Amino acid sequence: MTATTTKDTQRTSESPEQHAEHAGRSVSAGVFNPKQLWSSLPDALRKLNPRHQLKNPVMFVVWVGSVLVTVFAISDASVFSIATALWLWFTVLFANLAEAVAEGRGKAQAESLRRTKKETVARRLGANGLEERVPGIDLKIGDLVVVEAGEVIPGDGDVVEGIATVDESAITGESAPVIRESGGDRSAVTGGTTVLSDRIVVKITTKPGESFVDRMIALVEGASRQKTPNEIALTILLSVLTIIFLLAVVALQPMADYSGKQQSVIVLTALLVCLIPTTIGALLSAIGIAGMDRLVQRNVLAMSGRAVEAAGDVDTLLLDKTGTITFGNRRATEFVPVGSSTVDDLAAAARLSSLADGTPEGRSIVELCVERHGLAVEAGANELAGEFVPFTAQTRMSGIDLNGRQVRKGAASSVRAWVVEHGGVVPDEVNTVVDGISQDGGTPLVVAELSEGVASVRGVIRLSDVVKPGMRERFDELRAMGIKTVMITGDNPLTAKAIAEEAGVDDFLAEAKPEDKMALIRKEQEGGKLVAMTGDGTNDAPALAQADVGVAMNTGTSAAKEAGNMVDLDSNPTKLIEIVEIGKQLLITRGALTTFSIANDLAKYFAILPAMFVAIYPGLGKLNIMHLHSPNTAILSAVIFNALVIVALIPLALRGVRYRPSSAKALLRRNLLIYGLGGVIVPFAGIWLIDLVIRLIPGIG
Amino acid sequence: MSDTGAGFVQLGILLVALAVVYRPLGDYMARVFTSKKHLKVERVLYRVVRVNPDSEQRWTTYAAGVLGFSFVSVVVLYLLQRLQSVLPFNFGRGTLDPATSFNTAVSFVTNTNWQSYVPETVMGHTVQMAGLTVQNFVSAAVGLAVAVALVRGFVRAKTDRLGNVWVDIVRGAVRILLPIAFLFAIVLIAFGTVMSLTKGVDVTGPDGVQHTIALAPVASQESIKELGTNGGGILNANSAHPFENPNSWTNLIEIFLILVIPVSLTRTFGTMVGNKRQGTALLAVMGILWAGMLTLIWWAEAHPNGPAALLAGAGMEGKETRFGIPSTALFANSTTGTSTGAVNGAHDSLSGLGGGGALLNMLFSEITPGGVGTGLYSILVFAIIAVFLAGLMVGRTPEYLGKKLGRREITTASIAILAMPTLVLIGSGVALMMKDTAGALGNSGAHGLSEVLYAFASTSNNNGSAFGGITVTSNFFQSTLGVCMLLGRFIPIIAVLCLAGSLASQKRVPESAGTLPTTGPQFVTMLAGTVLLVAALTFVPALALGPIAEALA
Repeated sequence: MTATTTKDTQRTSESPEQHAEHAGRSVSAGVFNPKQLWSSLPDALRKLNPRHQLKNPVMFVVWVGSVLVTVFAISDASVFSIATALWLWFTVLFANLAEAVAEGRGKAQAESLRRTKKETVARRLGANGLEERVPGIDLKIGDLVVVEAGEVIPGDGDVVEGIATVDESAITGESAPVIRESGGDRSAVTGGTTVLSDRIVVKITTKPGESFVDRMIALVEGASRQKTPNEIALTILLSVLTIIFLLAVVALQPMADYSGKQQSVIVLTALLVCLIPTTIGALLSAIGIAGMDRLVQRNVLAMSGRAVEAAGDVDTLLLDKTGTITFGNRRATEFVPVGSSTVDDLAAAARLSSLADGTPEGRSIVELCVERHGLAVEAGANELAGEFVPFTAQTRMSGIDLNGRQVRKGAASSVRAWVVEHGGVVPDEVNTVVDGISQDGGTPLVVAELSEGVASVRGVIRLSDVVKPGMRERFDELRAMGIKTVMITGDNPLTAKAIAEEAGVDDFLAEAKPEDKMALIRKEQEGGKLVAMTGDGTNDAPALAQADVGVAMNTGTSAAKEAGNMVDLDSNPTKLIEIVEIGKQLLITRGALTTFSIANDLAKYFAILPAMFVAIYPGLGKLNIMHLHSPNTAILSAVIFNALVIVALIPLALRGVRYRPSSAKALLRRNLLIYGLGGVIVPFAGIWLIDLVIRLIPGIG
Repeated sequence: MSDTGAGFVQLGILLVALAVVYRPLGDYMARVFTSKKHLKVERVLYRVVRVNPDSEQRWTTYAAGVLGFSFVSVVVLYLLQRLQSVLPFNFGRGTLDPATSFNTAVSFVTNTNWQSYVPETVMGHTVQMAGLTVQNFVSAAVGLAVAVALVRGFVRAKTDRLGNVWVDIVRGAVRILLPIAFLFAIVLIAFGTVMSLTKGVDVTGPDGVQHTIALAPVASQESIKELGTNGGGILNANSAHPFENPNSWTNLIEIFLILVIPVSLTRTFGTMVGNKRQGTALLAVMGILWAGMLTLIWWAEAHPNGPAALLAGAGMEGKETRFGIPSTALFANSTTGTSTGAVNGAHDSLSGLGGGGALLNMLFSEITPGGVGTGLYSILVFAIIAVFLAGLMVGRTPEYLGKKLGRREITTASIAILAMPTLVLIGSGVALMMKDTAGALGNSGAHGLSEVLYAFASTSNNNGSAFGGITVTSNFFQSTLGVCMLLGRFIPIIAVLCLAGSLASQKRVPESAGTLPTTGPQFVTMLAGTVLLVAALTFVPALALGPIAEALA
């Protein structure tokens, strides 16, 4: 129903590489368009309903105050009383507006998701193996359905047969198709996505209406939003402050009476509204909704607000080595010639053997030749004639036969055997080099050549895990934030240690089995720590469920997605770090605006108290340090400032306070300075300026 | 030596003395409350009241123990006063009326020692010694017990046990309060404080008129009156009376006694939680606020409104010439910053700003450095609120000393903080609406309002010092002020014990670079700021019509 443009809400979809490049930057701001304020107005007006206001104790007090002042303003109309009543209503309205704007963005997202929920007709496989056509909503858990190219998958499930490319852009916003196949960790498919090629059989795993898209819609709409533990604690504190101010204002009347001048209800209400923490009270729910929304903008779905909050508290991050810390595949990083060969000889031989090798390792060898040795990327005309010898499990080698020359590369033992078989001699040097590379955590590939009947070893290629750029800096930041990083890998301890040192993680778990992961999480939690991890496989599910923040990859199995409390639609494990930052940002925004809100009260006292009592005790006029025009303009200025500051802070509430990873001490210093000290100073300036303007209103007094 | 110079010398001696005992006394108190051994005399006591000293209690049982003990104490003290006519050493001073008896019983059991009677004319020595002095000891011991239970909440993990309330009260009284009070009673006698069981001496004044100068067992009550931050004088003029506080040495000793336990308790806290700097941080907050308020009161008294008033010696109105302005300011600041309420001058005669300072000291919720035990638990409650707000600003669920501050902790801490302002504001408001109040006030205008505000602040904070000027013997004041004392004492105690239970049941979160540090200047500033802010926001409107209006006139 909101007119929010889709442009504002389109999820930015970044490839994993882009994310890696962004390593080290601070959490980016969410979008805010001033037009949203206008378009959310109808929603904000609807929220003036007292039943809605009851949910927020602070704003409910303002609402009651507005009613009260309106009644008194009508019975005793003056420019001042009517203006005060109006601005009190604006205060309530602005609070509603903040919430409406935050919700509006989610609603637009839900709208676009709903469009993907078309009525589908499923081709259900009967027990007899025959297909029958049934409406998608009639599917039950366990049903098998056939989906072919061009068809929409009717429900969430796992591929049990076949392999297919699937367009998941409806959910992830990522236009590149993904592969889904039976067995393994890439078997989960989501209802509403489209099969682009081939044929698969899907076993349905969720009931219609409870599918992933349904849950996503409910989440982004905020329908299932509940107050998080920290939000509840803060609400209690704000309510207590409200009670204190209520008492202070109520008790003021007999004191004023005793002192010689009763105060009008309008003035007392204005004082109360200015003192209670309306700024944070008005923005609190918007902050929570926007926090979830910031995750959604990064294509992460949090199943609960609690999970987002927990992300800010995380003490230990478990990161899978492959794909998170290192690139998914090993890459050639060095050529080590042996015997009489030179590096150039070795590079030439290695390139030749890899030209037709389509594996990532093979390609990385060619790339290294191009970068370091200036060799050609494409095969020359004479080279095309060569016959490629593919890698097999038996030979454990690959290579090329060209003009009577045979080049082979492969595991050290296989190549050694091949050389010996062809009458060559393998120098001891080879063993030394191979062992050295292994110990450093690399994988040695030995290159040998048989030409003119002589077999000899040319040298060794070092394949290494390449740590993604910027990871070390990221881990340093995390350390500064007090977060320990643990790398999880199936590698042997030696290899794991080398990579852990290179990447700069605090700890590693080598030769990790799923139960080891689980044990590690339990151990950390025993010590009172909160643990976050990512996972995609079914065997990750128990650990995902055990972790305080478990981020399942969207490519993963449904079991993993079910177990985690967040799903990353981009399936980018590095994003865990961003999730932690968003969680922290959410809490910081709450704290900063609360501090700001309370610090504001000082200036309001200086505006309102002299205005109220200068008639009784002229000496109190000395407190009017802003030299406000008259008691009426002073009080009205404070009320107007109090209302306007809410609108002014809506963008900040939605975007979140700027967060740069640093120690608690540095963060606190910065935020106390900006929001504490700033909160003291800003209202003095604001109220003074507003007073300069409203003193010109005729009849204000 | 000039008055001011003498003041600085006394201040210096006081600070050095406190610094010297800080560590040994603080660590000794920590040992008292963590030791497994029972003294022989304690064992006898436990056997008499049939308590197993090695069993531990949940917060509810602990709280029930505190409430039950206090209830019995009130009843016994009430009866002692109502039956005074049949007690020995009554010197013909008869039974006290029900309103006064109730008010006094509540006052001494809640460690307030608000006195709506003239002791030397209405209280006999039996009620004084067996009733009031005993409560001076045990009400302070109760405060200690509650504070220790809260500290245990931080120290312990995953348990519902907070310790044994009977053991804590007995140990506080037997091992801490009794020995120190005994020692200093002797010291005070040596410096000239009176100790006598006679009624008094009859003398003929220079004008030929017969006077009876009252005597009493002063020294024995004087030392615990200050040490236990009680403040109820055995003579009406309290520490302004030469028999209670004869000279500047006794004056200094009494100030030292007022401050010594609340100050050293921060060390006890640091030792018990295993990080002494945590205690130092709290002490720094207390010290900064105490020093700030002392400066304010001292300056205000030395600069009364206008040069004419200064020349006329207006600053000395209501002060003893043997103490002068600095010593009176030092005493007033210390007695209102703790929950003592003893006075060595008339607070009603303090200048607008000076009296406001004394009032504000109490409105800080008594944490500069606060009463015995109450000061520590009150400032810890403030620390929880401060850490909650600041903790959010570092992006974590706030935690203090390894304990997460969630819904329950914030609720209980809020209740503990909310009790006092509620009582002061509603009480003063209601009192000012009563027609009779204007007649009970010694002054009209802003100063009259200060008198009412001071009375409710003093009772609701269990301070007990009197601004004077206001007549509080009407049934309305006797009962409302009595209720303020009761609620002001026990609502925070129950909330604090519930908080302790909640903290103890949590597991301990390890500290990391991402944890908000709760030591160091940053935290000290923040905590002091929170205390100032809460007090200022709550009471500035009321103060504006009282002391501020007076000061700006």
